[in-house]
Amino acid sequence: MIKKFDKKDEESGSGSNPFQHLEKSAVLQEARIFNETPINPRRCLHILTKIIYLLNQGEHFGTTEATEAFFAMTRLFQSNDQTLRRMCYLTIKEMANISEDVIIVTSSLTKDMTGKEDVYRGPAIRALCRITDTTMLQAIERYMKQAIVDKVPSVSSSALVSSLHMVKMSFDVVKRWVNEAQEAASSDNIMVQYHALGLLYHLRKNDRLAVTKMLNKFTKSGLKSPFAYCMMIRIASKLLEETEGGHDSPLFDFIESCLRNKHEMVVYEAASAIVHMPNCTARELAPAVSVLQLFCSSPKAALRYAAVRTLNKVAMKHPSAVTACNLDLENLITDSNRSIATLAITTLLKTGSESSVDRLMKQISSFVSEISDEFKVVVVQAISALCQKYPRKHSVMMNFLSNMLRDDGGFEYKRAIVDCIISIIEENPESKETGLAHLCEFIEDCEHTVLATKILHLLGKEGPRTPTPSKYIRFIFNRVVLESEAVRAAAVSALAKFGAQNDDLLPSVLVLMKRCMMDSDDEVRDRATFYMNVLQQKQKALNAAYIFNGLSVSVPGLEKSLHQYTLEPSEKPFDMKTVPLATAPITEQKTEIAPVATSKLPEKLAPCRQDIYQEQLAAIPEFQALGPLFKSSEPVQLTEAETEYVVRCIKHAFTNHMIFQFDCTNTLNDQLLQRVLVQMEPSEAYEVLNYVPAPSLPYSQPGSCYSLVRLPEDDPTAVSCTFSCTMKYLVRDCDPNTGEPDDDGYDDEYVLEDLEVTVADHIQKVLKPNFGAAWDEIGDDNEKEETFALATVRTLDEAVNNIISFLGMQPCERSDKVPENKNSHVLFLAGVFRGGHDVLVRARLALADGVTMQVTVRSTDENVVDVILASVG
Amino acid sequence: MDSAAVEPSLYTVKAVFILDNDGNRLLSKYYDPELYPSMKEQKNFETNIFNKTHKADNEISFLEGMTIVYKSSIDLFFYVVGSAQENELMLMAVLNCLFESLSQMLRKNVEKRTLLDNMDGVFLVVDEIIDGGVILESDPQQVIEKVNYRADDNPLSEQSVAQVLQSAKEQIKWSILK
Repeated sequence: MIKKFDKKDEESGSGSNPFQHLEKSAVLQEARIFNETPINPRRCLHILTKIIYLLNQGEHFGTTEATEAFFAMTRLFQSNDQTLRRMCYLTIKEMANISEDVIIVTSSLTKDMTGKEDVYRGPAIRALCRITDTTMLQAIERYMKQAIVDKVPSVSSSALVSSLHMVKMSFDVVKRWVNEAQEAASSDNIMVQYHALGLLYHLRKNDRLAVTKMLNKFTKSGLKSPFAYCMMIRIASKLLEETEGGHDSPLFDFIESCLRNKHEMVVYEAASAIVHMPNCTARELAPAVSVLQLFCSSPKAALRYAAVRTLNKVAMKHPSAVTACNLDLENLITDSNRSIATLAITTLLKTGSESSVDRLMKQISSFVSEISDEFKVVVVQAISALCQKYPRKHSVMMNFLSNMLRDDGGFEYKRAIVDCIISIIEENPESKETGLAHLCEFIEDCEHTVLATKILHLLGKEGPRTPTPSKYIRFIFNRVVLESEAVRAAAVSALAKFGAQNDDLLPSVLVLMKRCMMDSDDEVRDRATFYMNVLQQKQKALNAAYIFNGLSVSVPGLEKSLHQYTLEPSEKPFDMKTVPLATAPITEQKTEIAPVATSKLPEKLAPCRQDIYQEQLAAIPEFQALGPLFKSSEPVQLTEAETEYVVRCIKHAFTNHMIFQFDCTNTLNDQLLQRVLVQMEPSEAYEVLNYVPAPSLPYSQPGSCYSLVRLPEDDPTAVSCTFSCTMKYLVRDCDPNTGEPDDDGYDDEYVLEDLEVTVADHIQKVLKPNFGAAWDEIGDDNEKEETFALATVRTLDEAVNNIISFLGMQPCERSDKVPENKNSHVLFLAGVFRGGHDVLVRARLALADGVTMQVTVRSTDENVVDVILASVG
Repeated sequence: MDSAAVEPSLYTVKAVFILDNDGNRLLSKYYDPELYPSMKEQKNFETNIFNKTHKADNEISFLEGMTIVYKSSIDLFFYVVGSAQENELMLMAVLNCLFESLSQMLRKNVEKRTLLDNMDGVFLVVDEIIDGGVILESDPQQVIEKVNYRADDNPLSEQSVAQVLQSAKEQIKWSILK
């Protein structure tokens, strides 16, 4: 057999791998010698090694052949060769999932596990637990318990680790071994300590009190294993997080004391735990940062890497805490490990001064091609943060980014760059042209559809307003010729925007559009035909409505309305105004590249919030005739935080009605509330029509009750109103432990805070990407203008924020951002008033002593204009 | 590269593997069934890492959202992989233990040929250091004692004279054929 290898070896010429040309069938054939007597340990060992090697290379063994080999292998237990026996254990573990009837070796393994040979016992336990299931586990439970407290460390460790693996499968059985594990934890052997701690934690992790006790005990007794210390630090910081314990808690003291441990591993774990704690103060961070600083000059690359990576995280939240390390970080920017150098530079970019930016960027561009995509994204994120901090540096950054854009890289990396360039363009108008030029160049050769469409959309929005819009047309039309359907469709939309805004380009755009109408894809053709017809009308209002400012309705809402319409055919045409509006316009919010993944979640949920309410309300019979839900407000708290009952209110506006949804929580465990409703006394001509009570409100289970109010019909300008609210209910006392209520109860009431309805509750935010066009579209039929003096306001920023939050309208054209050192500013706001009337506000602000504001309002409805002006005044 | 709070756990090591200087797998173990479940993904991952790491001996890297510590010796590359949140020094302890144990077992000849000649010992060493992702032992001395494996002093001893002759014959035959 060996002969055969050698020959093959030489043939292949590689000469050094005896396993290179192994064939499964040949090896299985060889495995027959397992049955020979006497057993030849050396040869058998060699064959077992080959089998394991093949399995490791990913060779597939069929069940029959595996089972056959496995059974042959069991004979080898007769040999007393140590290595052979150990290899048998390994084979059992490797084949546990592919061979049948592996439990046949149970008795052999049990014998080895309880035998005299200590060398066999640990590995035998691990192999045995690998093939054991819950029912069999009971049978070996006695042996396992003995093994856990065995005085031989390898036996004890093996038993503990195997138990840990089995927790997932048979928690209830392993739970019974907690006393043994406890005993093992006081072993002298450091690994046994570590494994016992790990097992104990996994068994108790749902019982916070037990974990706290365990931690207290071990912090006092002082374990020796550095691994165990790391584990304890993790447990402690998790407890701190869960209990929101203050930093004066003994747990925090324990973590901090670990900063002085003699093992670097423990020190680093403690420092990292402190750094990752939420709301850590600079003073608490300081000791952690200073040990990390020491690590920066370690000769060990892993330690330097760990330190600088953690410092990088600190720099995101507390740049000032890291400035002390700047000198050490400077030394790392030429580190031969590029990961360390990148992290050092990006950290410095966050903490350093503006003057060092150029130098750092130069340094990093010298090796950016050598680092992995993950780190390139880190670099881009650092640049993006930097641009917000030092807007004047954008030309350096833009150059750097465009170079990076040309390099090879994956989707995530390219997307980070594109997002970063877009945010620079939005922040700095003067960088717009260079930025757009770089992006144009990028889409000439871009394999990512998502990015290409995103850039085309941006070109359509920004391109027509640049001094020379014509130069973008070529790039856009190239896409129509060369790319996939989605990109072509986006390109057609972008083209239309150029035609609509630039009269001199219109003839050429129409020619191009005509070509697009011959496209092979339906969507592209449809869009081209649609835009062609709109553009040919040459009417500004049409352009504004159908090209610049698209639909602002919520897509799921539209789908539902259309479905409803098809179910109940009527003579009336479908009315767009009945469709609920999209709540949160997602674009044009600051494209901050959030470094924390968690912040992305709520953003995704937000748009569907209103759809959820719509559905909930529609399910209540009393509210079915109200029409579509127009707007739902953010929840308003009507009680103090720590009171008996917690009530918050959400205001839902409909065309002629409002529904107030009261989310109530009962925090008394000895009470059951029934028939809960909130009685409302309006201050104006509002009329309360109906109450829908919450039938029952048990302890700590939130419930909702509703009040339906009709808005005054005769006076459309009465938009604000104050309600005094009282919660009324039937109390039934109950047993705090069982929750069993008494038979009879008594009526009671609870006074809540007053609820205000303001103009913002009647207006839904709508984003007009092109405010000017929308302004012209509405026209000046219902225009009114008035001037106000805001005496109490001291800065333009404050004034802008006040107006936005008061009117609850969407700022357009990024006009919510006041440029620095300016004395005047124009704010554009857009929204839709209840009933579907578009309303636009232009507010010119001038800063003198106070702020003077000239407000111009346009709307499709005259009353709305009056409402807005009246409420501002 | 975000790091949420790490769930305290003993499962430290996600994978460990040894590659030769062409990036071929000699040994590899994946301990997290969710990480690269198929053989193709595993080999892809290994190739990827090898391409990024074999040129510069940098000890530590971050790829595909994983922290990777590595070490090379003559024509071998040793890798230990952990999650992004893992304590890098713990992974380093595993890597050092693996390397030191093998170095002792192979009498400092940590190179491909010797390693393959003692492959059974290598499997056993890895098995003693990591069990299902949990660090079982981190002291090389202990590992060697537990494995109790004697490397071949003379790998030729098993080959009989006849076999040596046979292989000599083969060589001559080949040289003639050429």
